[in-house]
Amino acid sequence: MAARRLKPVDAVLVGFGWTGAIMAMELTEAGLDVLALERGEPRNTNPDFSYPRVADELTYAVRHQLFQDLSRETLTIRHRPGQRALPYRQLGSFLPGDGVGGAGVHWNGVHWRAYPAELQLRSHITERYGAGFIPEDMTIQDWGVTYDELEPYYDYFERVCGTSGQAGNVQGRIIEGGNPFEAPRRGEYPLPALPALYDSELYAKAAAELGYHPFPRPASNASRPYTNPYGVQLAQCSFCGYCERFGCYNYSKASPQTTIHPALMQRDNFRLQTQCHVTRVNLSRDRRHATGVTYVDPTGNEVEQPARLVILCAYQFHNVRLLLLSGIGQPYDPATNTGVVGKNYSYQILGHVDLFYGRDTIFNPFIGAGAAGHVIDDFNADNFDHGPLGFIGGAYIGPGRTGGRPIQQLTLPAGSPPWGAGWKQAIKDHYLHTMSIGTHGSVMSYRDCYLDLDPTYRDALGQPLLRMTFDWKDNDLRMTQYVTERAVEIARHMKPDSMHAVHHKAGSHYDTRPYQTTHNVGGAIMGSDPRTSVLNKYLQSWDVPNVFVMGAGAFPQNLGYNPTGTVGALAYWSARAIRDHYLPAPGPLVRT
Amino acid sequence: MPERSEPARRAFLKRTVALVPAGALATAGVPAAGRGAETGAPATPAPAPYQPRFFTAPEWAFINAACDRLVPDDDNGPGAVALQVPAFIDRQMDDAFGHAARWYMQGPFDENAAPEMGYQSRQTPRELYRRGIAAADAECRKRHGQPFAQLQPDRQDALLADMAQSQAGRPEDRLDRFFAFLWQNVKEGYLADPIHGGNHNMGSWQMLGFPGARASYTEWATRHDEAYPLGPVGVSGQRS
Repeated sequence: MAARRLKPVDAVLVGFGWTGAIMAMELTEAGLDVLALERGEPRNTNPDFSYPRVADELTYAVRHQLFQDLSRETLTIRHRPGQRALPYRQLGSFLPGDGVGGAGVHWNGVHWRAYPAELQLRSHITERYGAGFIPEDMTIQDWGVTYDELEPYYDYFERVCGTSGQAGNVQGRIIEGGNPFEAPRRGEYPLPALPALYDSELYAKAAAELGYHPFPRPASNASRPYTNPYGVQLAQCSFCGYCERFGCYNYSKASPQTTIHPALMQRDNFRLQTQCHVTRVNLSRDRRHATGVTYVDPTGNEVEQPARLVILCAYQFHNVRLLLLSGIGQPYDPATNTGVVGKNYSYQILGHVDLFYGRDTIFNPFIGAGAAGHVIDDFNADNFDHGPLGFIGGAYIGPGRTGGRPIQQLTLPAGSPPWGAGWKQAIKDHYLHTMSIGTHGSVMSYRDCYLDLDPTYRDALGQPLLRMTFDWKDNDLRMTQYVTERAVEIARHMKPDSMHAVHHKAGSHYDTRPYQTTHNVGGAIMGSDPRTSVLNKYLQSWDVPNVFVMGAGAFPQNLGYNPTGTVGALAYWSARAIRDHYLPAPGPLVRT
Repeated sequence: MPERSEPARRAFLKRTVALVPAGALATAGVPAAGRGAETGAPATPAPAPYQPRFFTAPEWAFINAACDRLVPDDDNGPGAVALQVPAFIDRQMDDAFGHAARWYMQGPFDENAAPEMGYQSRQTPRELYRRGIAAADAECRKRHGQPFAQLQPDRQDALLADMAQSQAGRPEDRLDRFFAFLWQNVKEGYLADPIHGGNHNMGSWQMLGFPGARASYTEWATRHDEAYPLGPVGVSGQRS
């Protein structure tokens, strides 16, 4: 049956999380008629995240109420080319979002800026350590955009979010108590840092005594009441402990709903349609121009929506899959090292140390905010000399407290009884008296880690699933071991009764089961050369110039940092380029 | 091997006797009122008898007996049976979880996949419990001539410990896989908000010092190393 064809719009946005809301705000401001198509359900603070219903660990954190419904669509995973990939049947290692707000609803609010050197990683490493320092199979690249170019957009996104933090470098002036490695910022954070919880107080003292530089992690959990540039108000965070995996009932955690939607939804030139699943971007005969998108509406009918501009704003996996399904750009082939779409999929690698204290040390782990906590960056990015270490990358180190959820976050010393009366005794003895220090580390990109379409498994609409080929590599395993050993030294200095460190060991394989991070990147990478990147520096498709692709898919390799700050900054940067340069003269923004 | 306190064991033995007649199984797993006095723990009010909707009588006996060993009653607080964890699991079997409603369940299935590739079975939790309980009871009959619920606690503990490690049999019959689900669901019922049917009267939260759905600690963020004074509340507004 032929698809119903609708009246054209100026711009269609595919997906309505953070980048969809940002693009909608920017393009409606430029006077465009904007339609956002979201495949999930409408969601708002009230009623979807309202108190007390949201304070329910089983429903939201364990049964994954707000995340992607895998019964309809998932991806397949394998460790290396040549293996048969198997479906990611249950949520585990990562938790893609779904519905209005996307993963911006249930993130923790950790809000970073990338380091200048990381945005020019291959050039930087080559310059500092020599080209031979980069392993042959490591396919790291420069992003094609610099920190100086992005700085105004980092700043603006922080002001939209009401980010709470302590600046370490304002226009070159180093400020005590902030991150001394930080690149220059134009100003302070919009809000002062959240207070240190008890675990962070102990950690920061120990880290400073060892000569490191602890600072409060930048948090889009409002430390004070705040009104953002759109006139939208945030309330002071109550440390409720229901951030990660939950929507914020208190209007304190920045999300599209709490920072952008109230202003956007008043605009006559914006429309949102939910439960509309875009299945492909339609192209002209010569495949150089997008004519719009086709989607399946809530009643299951195919609809064609013509548009002058198509902006992919879905989660990284979906954007890459839509490019592959639509035939935009050449698919990456690791055998010949040609093509670009799907190239450089990357992830992050985490370790931790648990510290067990006696009954006289009380942490009250249920008091938490998603991003609260002090960290050090002395072993992140290229803030330390990698020469003698022989690996690239690093991690930030510090405690994090996301609610002390009893089902998922009971931590026991190694050797505790796994069940029975002994287990019960152990959880009673340790629940209030345990803290943890995490190492949150980068993963580089590699020739044989990539995304393509699966030959076997299909989604509920009959389209091929995305296939991930990924495993840990020696460089990143050595990095996580090294950085976690530094965390252990700090932990030892904190004199717990006992401690237990966990990191991935040499030769270990990526395990899809335990939660790690939802910081999946790459596959639609940005860069300065169409032979090695999908997008130019403005997130515009090299092949189809009226298609722009948002999100962490643009990262050519991963950071040690959480991605949202950079994802938001890139969206504002791209929107500015569209408004100032593309709309007056539609076409490629970078000539080749 | 987990420790076992003698009062809890005595309490269990008394209940085991009550479990023997099959006709009494539907309600026999529910602890009697006043048992707490015997264990020294605070008395828990007797809940209304729960009628399982998914589990058959022999399965219900297994679930109750296993819950009682996995989280026993003792001086630290009520165990999984007193907190109505069996009822929680029975409800979960009828919920989206039991039907694997949000898992990708299209074939082909590779039951022999490496563990790090995650769940690759065609079985829903409903099917998995049904097969798992039958297999566990069959193993008990083979070893001791009786189903799990009728064994002495030390034999039950030994069987559970073996189940957790067992890799014998076809992948879909492996007892370690069933045990992993069972223990996860027991922990859920023991520690989740009471609106889901377990953690009766927030018994586990009282033991831990977890305030549940209070979810507002602005002034407590800077009160360090100090015991939080308020007891738990539930999503339904329930207070302890």
